[in-house]
Amino acid sequence: MTVTTGGSQATLADSAANVGAQGRRRGVWLDAAAALLALVGLADALYLTVEHLSGRSVRCTVISGCSEVLSSPYATVGSVPLAALGALAYFAVFSLATLAAFGSAWARRLLAPLVAAMFFMTLWLLYLQGFVIGHFCQFCLLSAAVTTGLTVIVAAQFFTQRSARIK
Amino acid sequence: MKRLVPIAIIVAVLIIAVGGVYMLLKSPEPTNISQLPPQTPAAPAPTVVPEDEPVHFKGRMDAPVRLEEYGDYQCPPCGLFHPIAQRVLSSYGDRVRFSFRNLPLPNIHKHAQEAARAAEAAGQQGKFWEMHDLLYERQQEWSKADVARPLFLRYAQELGLNMSRFTQDLDGAVTGMRVAQDAALAQMRGVTGTPTVFLNGRMLSFEETMDFDKLRVQIDAALAGKS
Repeated sequence: MTVTTGGSQATLADSAANVGAQGRRRGVWLDAAAALLALVGLADALYLTVEHLSGRSVRCTVISGCSEVLSSPYATVGSVPLAALGALAYFAVFSLATLAAFGSAWARRLLAPLVAAMFFMTLWLLYLQGFVIGHFCQFCLLSAAVTTGLTVIVAAQFFTQRSARIK
Repeated sequence: MKRLVPIAIIVAVLIIAVGGVYMLLKSPEPTNISQLPPQTPAAPAPTVVPEDEPVHFKGRMDAPVRLEEYGDYQCPPCGLFHPIAQRVLSSYGDRVRFSFRNLPLPNIHKHAQEAARAAEAAGQQGKFWEMHDLLYERQQEWSKADVARPLFLRYAQELGLNMSRFTQDLDGAVTGMRVAQDAALAQMRGVTGTPTVFLNGRMLSFEETMDFDKLRVQIDAALAGKS
C-alpha cells in the first residue's frame, strides 16, 4: 500500500495506534488472568504443602485417593515437599503477572520461560502419576490444569504482542 | 505511586499465604510428649484409650515403651514405615514392644484384605512376623498383580508352612474374625488411615511416625518418663 496524501498518513497512524492500544489492553487482561489463575495454583499447592507437613492426609485413608501419590518418593525433593516448590513457582508467576499487568516489560519477558518450565514439569509429573505410581491425585491434577491454563495464556500473550508488533 | 500498587498486591498475597500456612500448621495437640501437660487420672488425653493385649507383638510384653501399628499391607506409606519399625526394634531391643494390627482398606487397595488374611493365616502356624516382613518387603510385587493369591501361596511355601492348612486358613472364619477384630478396634480408637502408630496409647502424627529421628525423640522421651 502506498500512502500519498497527508490525510491517509494520519488515518494509517491512528489505525496503528488503535491496534497497538487494543493489543496493550488485551495484554493487560491476559496478565491479570494469569495472575488470578496463579492464585488458584498457589492455593492448591499451599494446601498440599500443609497436608504434607502436617501429615494429615498422606496416610492411606478410605476416602483419599492421593495417598499413593503424596507418599511416593517423587513427592519430595530431598526433604522439601514438591508442593512447596510448586507454591513458590506459582507465587513467582503471580508476582510477575501482576507486575506485567501494571506495565513491567521485564516481568512479562520472565513470565514465559517460567511458565514453560512449569509446564514441562507438569508433563513429567503427569507421566509419573500415570505410568510409574499408577495413581492420580486430584489436587495434583488441578495444579496440572492451572499450569496448562497459564501456558495457554502466555502463548496467547506472545501471539497478541507479536501481531501488534507486525501491524 | 502507581508503581507501588503491584508491589502492595504481591506483598498482601504473600502475607495472606504465609499467615494461612502458619494458621493451618498450628496443631492443637502437642507434638512432643515432653510438651504434654502432666496428666491426672481424672483427665486423660482424648486419644488415649485402654489398650487391648496385642495378638502379634515383638519384644517384651512389659516393655516400658509400647508401639502399636495399625497397618494395611498394600498401603505405600506402611511399606515405608516397615524399615523404620525394624530400625526401632534393633536400636531399642527389649525396651520397646512393637505390635501390629490389621486395618486393610479394600476400597483403595484391592489385595489388602487378602494380604491381612495371609499374615493371620501364617500366624496360625507361628509365622506371623515372617509373613508380615515378606508382605511389606515384596509389597511392590504383589500389589501390582491382578491376582495376588498365587504370590501369597508362594511366600507361604518359602516360609515352609503347611500348605494345605495355610490355604484352608486363608479363607477360614478364624482368620477373617481376627482381621475384623483389629479393624473394629481401629474404628473404636479413631484410626482413619494407615499407618497409624500409637506410642504408649498416644496416637502419633504422620510426621512423627515416618521420620526415624522424630520417632526416636518420642521414644526417648517416653523412656525418660519411665525411668
